[in-house]
Amino acid sequence: MRARLPFVMALLVTSGTLAHAQTIAITGGRVYPVSGPMIENGTVLMRDGSIVAVGSNVAVPADAQRIDATGKVVTPGLVNAATQLTLVEIGAVASTREGQARGKEGIAAAYRPWEGLNPTSVLISPARNAGVTTVLIAPSGGLIAGQAAMLHLVAGTATDMLLKAPVAMVGALGPARGPNGTPRAETIMRLREILDDARVFRTRRADFERAQTRALAAGRLDLEALLQVLDGRIPMLIEADKASDIDAAMKLAREYNFKLIIVGGAEAWQVADKLAAARIPVLTGAMNNIPESFVALGQRQENAALLSKAGVQVSVVGNAGGGDEEAFNVRNVRFEAGNAVAYGMEWNAALRSITLTPAETFGVADRVGSLSAGKVADVVIWSGDPLEFASQPEHVFVRGQEIRQPSRQDLLEERYKTLPPNYRKP
Amino acid sequence: MRHSVIAVAAALLSGACASGRAQEATPATPAAPARATDTVKVGPMLGAVSTPNADPFPSTYRPFASRATLIRNVTVMTATGPMIRNGSVLFRDGKIVEVGASVAAPGDAVVIDGAGKYVTPGIIDTHSHIGAGGVPNDNGAQTNDVNEATAPVTAHVWVEHSVWPQDPQFPRTLAGGVTTIQVLPGSANLIGGRSATLKVVPSRTVQGMKFPGAKYGLKMACGENPKRVYAQRGPSTRMGNVAGYRAAWIQAEGYRRRWDKWNADKKGDPPVRDLGLETLADVLRGNILVHNHCYRADEMAQMIDIAKEFGYKIRSFHHGVEAYKVADLLAQNDISASVWADWGAFKLEAADGVRGNAALLNRAGVRTIIHSDDASGEQRLNQEAAKAMAEGNRIGVPVTEDEAIKWVTINAAWALGIDDRTGSLQAGKNADVVLWSGDPFSVYSRPEKVWIDGAMMFDRLDPSQQWRTDFELGFVPINRGGIQ
Repeated sequence: MRARLPFVMALLVTSGTLAHAQTIAITGGRVYPVSGPMIENGTVLMRDGSIVAVGSNVAVPADAQRIDATGKVVTPGLVNAATQLTLVEIGAVASTREGQARGKEGIAAAYRPWEGLNPTSVLISPARNAGVTTVLIAPSGGLIAGQAAMLHLVAGTATDMLLKAPVAMVGALGPARGPNGTPRAETIMRLREILDDARVFRTRRADFERAQTRALAAGRLDLEALLQVLDGRIPMLIEADKASDIDAAMKLAREYNFKLIIVGGAEAWQVADKLAAARIPVLTGAMNNIPESFVALGQRQENAALLSKAGVQVSVVGNAGGGDEEAFNVRNVRFEAGNAVAYGMEWNAALRSITLTPAETFGVADRVGSLSAGKVADVVIWSGDPLEFASQPEHVFVRGQEIRQPSRQDLLEERYKTLPPNYRKP
Repeated sequence: MRHSVIAVAAALLSGACASGRAQEATPATPAAPARATDTVKVGPMLGAVSTPNADPFPSTYRPFASRATLIRNVTVMTATGPMIRNGSVLFRDGKIVEVGASVAAPGDAVVIDGAGKYVTPGIIDTHSHIGAGGVPNDNGAQTNDVNEATAPVTAHVWVEHSVWPQDPQFPRTLAGGVTTIQVLPGSANLIGGRSATLKVVPSRTVQGMKFPGAKYGLKMACGENPKRVYAQRGPSTRMGNVAGYRAAWIQAEGYRRRWDKWNADKKGDPPVRDLGLETLADVLRGNILVHNHCYRADEMAQMIDIAKEFGYKIRSFHHGVEAYKVADLLAQNDISASVWADWGAFKLEAADGVRGNAALLNRAGVRTIIHSDDASGEQRLNQEAAKAMAEGNRIGVPVTEDEAIKWVTINAAWALGIDDRTGSLQAGKNADVVLWSGDPFSVYSRPEKVWIDGAMMFDRLDPSQQWRTDFELGFVPINRGGIQ
């Protein structure tokens, strides 16, 4: 892929000035629509930011720009469903962190981190240039961390980037690992108290406003936000690793009749059949096998594969790399999926787990995650198998426009590839 | 689980040896100021006077039982020359006997057909904390013994005294094809103490894991970590860091002179022993290799000058996210670079991390090493190298597989001073060998069998050849393979 760097330099000129939407036909490639079977020698036709047709027999209009993808692989833009992209820039620099609300006693249900996201984060380009076009951004910390959003990695303002928000309420079960760790049953008790009080708030809102109720377990904004969960408008995304915690979360979901998604799920494979029967999606990685906590003693790399085979809706997300995968290395989600394959997941299921499945789980599958007529034209042309290290994304389209913006990392590499004259001395 | 959406903040608080991430205990307020070095007074003794620079915790490692083994019809990555397709590797009595296109099978040899598979030297990690930073690491588990963060200079500590041989991370590292690791103290301190080079083998004692004859290393750290940890008592600035290194080396110089003189003439009582200065003096004598955690290019240049001022060598810069900016300087000074494939931005001094780092270093002739600093990444150093190689090829700084394999084998062995014994597949070397299910730079390949000194230590296809630590018995469900 020598073509890349000259390309980077060219981008310096064009960056920021997006070409007019036009008709583009990608022809000759091996196309994975994900929503349907693979098409050899397929064509993907896009116009005005949308996909118009996908198939082996698509008529290409005369005015279309053609891109020959012979010998290449064409997929939807990838979806990474567990990130803090745009919420954290330099991890250790507090002024660049937006991922965690102060909250009250571990409750920040009303927190909508996307209202403070950084649309000019230098970490967007490395992800997008590597084929990741949609991410879930989620707050962290406490019992209820706040609300998550689906973000489209387009240039523009936060408003331009928002694909859907909120898409989930984020919480955590299991004992806190800090110095004053809460016993797990007390955590559950506290969750019940808050959900119960959200119901009280709903039925006695007028009394609450006149201060004619007992003190409720959380503030007005947080209780109001939780009604979205109790009313079934958004799911509850609960981080839980130990099988018994996952089971407890499922019990709560039944009791309060909310939609549940498990994230983390180190031991989810132990309750795979139950998760499948209850149609509870799981977000998990494929690289961790270390019993790093007493809540994750059964963690294993076959987790995603075992869940997938049991019929659970699995999204593969980054779970190894020490935290970088949430912003700096959002791009690496395809390698996580590759590792899931190495540990038993079907290749097609693995590709789906980083495209259509997370799009379905978070309610944006009508727009992203697959290649079919009517969908947003997020398309990647790969030099080879997208799950392999040696393969590179050669063209990335978001909303039908090719992304041509070098990342900060590209600029650094370019500078030091040929030392500038004023750097020639130590 | 520090890995999912909820993790970033927690990870920042717990922070790595190097990184503000995995292993770095960073107390806001350090404990009561300790002296820069502890003095061990030698009292009246019944036996001999204790002597410096002896080997008080000698290796008791002996190779495990082995059989003569021939792997044939396999792609051999030797880490010294071009890969051999349809080649063979023969080892016997713990040593490699022959590597080549065709090797005759001795009558008593186990013969393994390697069709479609690859053989490499055992993988070596120059930067590990496993054993010293064990798991589970829940609050209260007290398994984190990585940073003696009680004084900016703790040259007197030896990390082997923190290593728990039953850490369940060891067998997982072995299953990743890793046969030798350097366990380092953390990076809270300017000078963190001695490292230990270990074979990744089951043992009841750390002595049973120590690589026989391997030199010790000394951990030093630049930049943000020490100045953050000691912000209250100092050093609180980068200039304070540099003054701290120099003060320690000045003390070490005098100590070395006093002891060298006494050793030469044996006149009068020996000088009083000082554990910390003993270690530093042995660095000055060239007997201990310096492993220097350093992110920024400008700080590397300063550390090189300090080394010259006091007459020692830096063997490897670790983490070196900006090493690519001074690749020429590292090459001129024969300093290896231990780097990640693509970590960055977790703190400002890591903001300029690029995935092309290793390729740019490689091109400049620097001994390039991919290291982990992370028990999960350590299991997949082949994959990290694959990412870094792919980036080189993407940006027009080509890297071949023959070069990339060196990043996790022979170059790492050189940094640890054991490249005459391991790190490549050559006759006479220790038979540290990995059989991979496919190309080790493919995401789909995994180590299938791992030998250390010719003994099979791991077989993915045979559960009886999968080491389980004492801790795992009963606590950790047996991984029955599930889906292979």
